[in-house]
Amino acid sequence: MNKRLVFVNMILRSLVRRRLRMLAAFLAVALGSTVLSGMLTLYRDIPRQLGREFRSYGANMVLVPSGESGIMSMDEVEAAAEHLPPDQLVGITPYRYESLGINRQPYTAAGVRFAQIAKTSPYWQVDGSWPARGDEIMIGADISRITGITPGTQARISGHARDMTPFALDMIVSGVVRTGGTEESVIFMELGSLERIMGAPGRVNLVEISIEAGQDELAALAAEIGENVEGATPRLVKRVASSEATVLGKLRFLVFLVAAVVMGLTLICVATTMMTVVMERRKEIGLKKALGAESGTVIMEFIAEGAVLGLAGGIAGVALGYYFAQLTSRSVFGRSVEFDLVAVPAALAAAVAVAVLACLLPVKKAAEVEPAIVLRGE
Amino acid sequence: MNILELRGVSMTYGAVKALQNIDLAVKQGEWLAIMGPSGSGKTTMMNIVGCMDKASDGSVVLDGEELSRLSPKGLTAIRRDKIGLIFQQFHLVPYLTALENVVLAQYYHSMPDEAEALAALGNVGLGERARHLPSQLSGGEQQRVCIARALINCPQLILADEPTGNLDEANEKLVLKILHRLHESGSTIIVVTHSPEVGEHAERVIILEHGKIARTTTGAKLHKSA
Repeated sequence: MNKRLVFVNMILRSLVRRRLRMLAAFLAVALGSTVLSGMLTLYRDIPRQLGREFRSYGANMVLVPSGESGIMSMDEVEAAAEHLPPDQLVGITPYRYESLGINRQPYTAAGVRFAQIAKTSPYWQVDGSWPARGDEIMIGADISRITGITPGTQARISGHARDMTPFALDMIVSGVVRTGGTEESVIFMELGSLERIMGAPGRVNLVEISIEAGQDELAALAAEIGENVEGATPRLVKRVASSEATVLGKLRFLVFLVAAVVMGLTLICVATTMMTVVMERRKEIGLKKALGAESGTVIMEFIAEGAVLGLAGGIAGVALGYYFAQLTSRSVFGRSVEFDLVAVPAALAAAVAVAVLACLLPVKKAAEVEPAIVLRGE
Repeated sequence: MNILELRGVSMTYGAVKALQNIDLAVKQGEWLAIMGPSGSGKTTMMNIVGCMDKASDGSVVLDGEELSRLSPKGLTAIRRDKIGLIFQQFHLVPYLTALENVVLAQYYHSMPDEAEALAALGNVGLGERARHLPSQLSGGEQQRVCIARALINCPQLILADEPTGNLDEANEKLVLKILHRLHESGSTIIVVTHSPEVGEHAERVIILEHGKIARTTTGAKLHKSA
């Protein structure tokens, strides 16, 4: 039987056989650890959760042609897209602009990919339906108001192709789009359809990208594309990216503040409980000193008890904290949180540190207990 | 050979003189009883001899060591290595079994040895009760655990503070029998007691009054005068 074994045995016996006494301290640590690990999980998960929410505000990066030609090839767009992490990419929409007439009125037409535009611009409101076939188009609300064209009706599209060949064809207006912006004066059709009408396929004027990334990561991705893709220049949509960063920063600070307050309250609660525990055990401390224990040995015993208590409370808190974070995330963001492997050791370490720290003051008092108190029968 | 010598020992707490100019020598293997009414200075003397307090004045030499020169750490070492304490209220650690309480004294002293601790409990008739918690033991049994703990490190001096104060007659006899056995084996014993029935077992009895040794007698004489 070695001394270490006796030490461990003594600490465990003290905690297990006095479990009712230690329950208050355990609950204080467990509760603090629950909120802390929950908050930590949310703190780390907020960018992921809110990143999705922020994507409803539209694209946060655009690609524009590098040269003065005002056009870039789809090959360059695809080369740029290869630098974007697929699991974070929400949508990527190319825009090709041409001048077309609708019922003999000149308007700007945009060739897009409707499946993607619903992802990069989810805030668009469409009366009728999104075009599903090659002969269907969508017009802006201003055009609808001026021309009197409504969803479900036919419109005559006319103009000159790139080789100056005139054309006129009837297409079905499946929907009218409202955005509150310049899109309300634009005719939208599938990029392939526009390419068939106008010729010169594989060229676009603008690409809108919506990607789940913070401002710094976004800037890094833009820099990477800028360095590696010649014909396309990436630009951040600062209005979206910076407001996203501001909101995220404020929210994370709020969560951090709450976590810090919880830690402080836990510290006070555990310290108060430990102080009571030590006062109750003055006679035991006096006895141990009377038997020849040095003050340092007694201090070590109490610190070890605090550490074990912190670890046990921390483990319970981490498990409960995950469910707390899960419940909070589901009710606030409507999504699940992922189990955070960084939050677990961090919360455990914090629980142990708080419990040990809370022990320090009462333990210092404990070391001052005179062994003579056991003879005086105090 | 004297194991303990007190020369001109005084102890004051503010204006209160708990001990006044005490001279006392205790021989190796002697059984001494310290008696006296409450407030006579018995506990103060026990604290000083047991290295739990330092005298305000005078010299205390235990096994050749001058206690007044020692630091608190030095006093702790003497208490651990040379003294076995038996308390009136037993003072067992409540969450440790009888065996673990005895092992605790070994742990603070040197290396824990469970077999040795079990043998010590066997010597006080508690071999079968070694795995019981103090709350599962009677007062007499708890006092015997306390004695086993006091003896486990083979101390030079056994200090017993009212060792039978909380026991019934049967257990008192049992404890005194153990003390006799220890005395016969050569242990030095100092017992602080109110009880003449305990005091009369000692070879020598000093009676304290107002912090001074009022008289010295023998256990046998105390028995006759009772």
